[in-house]
Amino acid sequence: MKIGSKLYMALVFALLYAPIVVLIVFSFNSSNSMAVFEGFSLKWYKELFSNEAAITALMNSLILALSSALISTFFGTVAAVGIHKMRSRYVKSAVMNVTNVPMMNPDIVTGISMMLLFALCGTLIGNGILGFWTLLIAHITFNLPYVILSVMPKLKQMDPRLPEAAMDLGCTPLQAFFKVELHEILPGIFSGLLMAFTLSLDDFVISYFCAGNTFQTLPIYIYSQTKKRVTPDMNALCAIIFVTILILLLVRNFAADRQSKRPARKGSHN
Amino acid sequence: MVKKRSIAQRLLAAPHILWSVLFIVAPLAIVVFYAFTDAAFHFSINNFTRLFDDGTFEVFTLSLAFAFCATCICLVIAYPLAYFISRANKKTQNTLVMLSMLPMWMNFLLRTYALSFLMEDTGVLNTILSAIGIDGVSLINTPGAVIFGMVYNFLPYMILPIHSVISKIDKNVIEAAEDLGCNRFQVILKVIMPLSLPGIVSGITMVFVPSVSTFYISQQLGPTDFVLIGDVIETYFKSAAASSYHLGSAISLVLMILIFICMAVMNRFSDDDSAGGIMV
Repeated sequence: MKIGSKLYMALVFALLYAPIVVLIVFSFNSSNSMAVFEGFSLKWYKELFSNEAAITALMNSLILALSSALISTFFGTVAAVGIHKMRSRYVKSAVMNVTNVPMMNPDIVTGISMMLLFALCGTLIGNGILGFWTLLIAHITFNLPYVILSVMPKLKQMDPRLPEAAMDLGCTPLQAFFKVELHEILPGIFSGLLMAFTLSLDDFVISYFCAGNTFQTLPIYIYSQTKKRVTPDMNALCAIIFVTILILLLVRNFAADRQSKRPARKGSHN
Repeated sequence: MVKKRSIAQRLLAAPHILWSVLFIVAPLAIVVFYAFTDAAFHFSINNFTRLFDDGTFEVFTLSLAFAFCATCICLVIAYPLAYFISRANKKTQNTLVMLSMLPMWMNFLLRTYALSFLMEDTGVLNTILSAIGIDGVSLINTPGAVIFGMVYNFLPYMILPIHSVISKIDKNVIEAAEDLGCNRFQVILKVIMPLSLPGIVSGITMVFVPSVSTFYISQQLGPTDFVLIGDVIETYFKSAAASSYHLGSAISLVLMILIFICMAVMNRFSDDDSAGGIMV
């Protein structure tokens, strides 16, 4: 590689990482100064961990992400199989287009449209319903297209004669699905689950409109803490999240590396 | 047998179709309903005519201009980067792709907060600037900071799709062009650029859509009373004092239609359905 291109890459990555690195360095600052590092301390980390609202928000986010990811993966997989088996091309593309709407719409429009629905239902039954359940519904809705889009290609790649062969050999359609098809599409289901989990954990805009006062997720908490002011315990939170993501990505890369080095043994995980 | 399976097939997709109708179609229908009614729920197009009177139209053009600028800057920065990454060897490429992905996994609120921390008047950058004799420069709370915030937040969304398309270009095609007398610059212009168009298109969409509808970035990095269209929508739906679901719905509807038009135009440019798996 030429020196010019190396320099360019270094510059862009420096730009991408400078704010995060500065924030992490200052999360160890003993004062709340934004410019001068006055000494190493873990004060802000202690403050963060003794902050009950932050811990509750984190737990809420994890519960919401896990449940919405599991539910949307289940429904999404079933839906993908159903859509894949549809005969009419028009119905198929109509369903897919509607499914993809939350993915293409700006988040803010998806957010306010669901907020209006929930507000309307709230007035119908007489009190506000915004809370965990509305958030769960919203998250499942925006996760579904991603799950379907990661399962669908696996279904298309699969040889359609496989389930037919299974049924010829005496499987019922249900058995054929669980013994043959499911095994073929499993990687797609897993990547859909992972994607749904991270999207749900990360989402702010849609949650912001669909959450009431009773259930606060971590991004909503971060929003309330950082709007136009500096709170050093958020620096500590940022550092923790960054290191967690870094470790997860490294582990994933390492695992992928080892897998590609090992000779592929098909079906060894069953 | 065939008959029996087809009933089961319909049942498989049924819950999902029901869910989509309830939570995708119905909410959008409610948005349309609110947009075309007044406070007493009578039909009215006042919500739309008002957009031209109360300055919302100007905010719309400002948001589009800002998002356009941010998208162009992202493209100019990301394209060479994606190209350079794709020329590295396999192992370096993996590391570099991971490096460009890592900030993307952090919440955009934290990324924007990190940026504002760095650019604050009493922050690190300004302290360095005044140490070398440049005093009194305000980095944060300027319109430029908003554009920079958009570029910073959404740059990875431009790098990754372009890189994934360029790295899949058949090396033989490039060699063929070289054999036929193209110099390196011509190879990029005549071979790599046209072949990477699907990646450029999906990158542009992935940067433009969140930029045009953002509301946190402008609040955090912009001047005090600086508003983009996302802020206007947010105020209409979340502020207790100025809340109006009807006006908010009208603006959201216009925003949504504008974005769909932009995306349809963009997709004309790349008649290639391998682009991002998004069907329109």
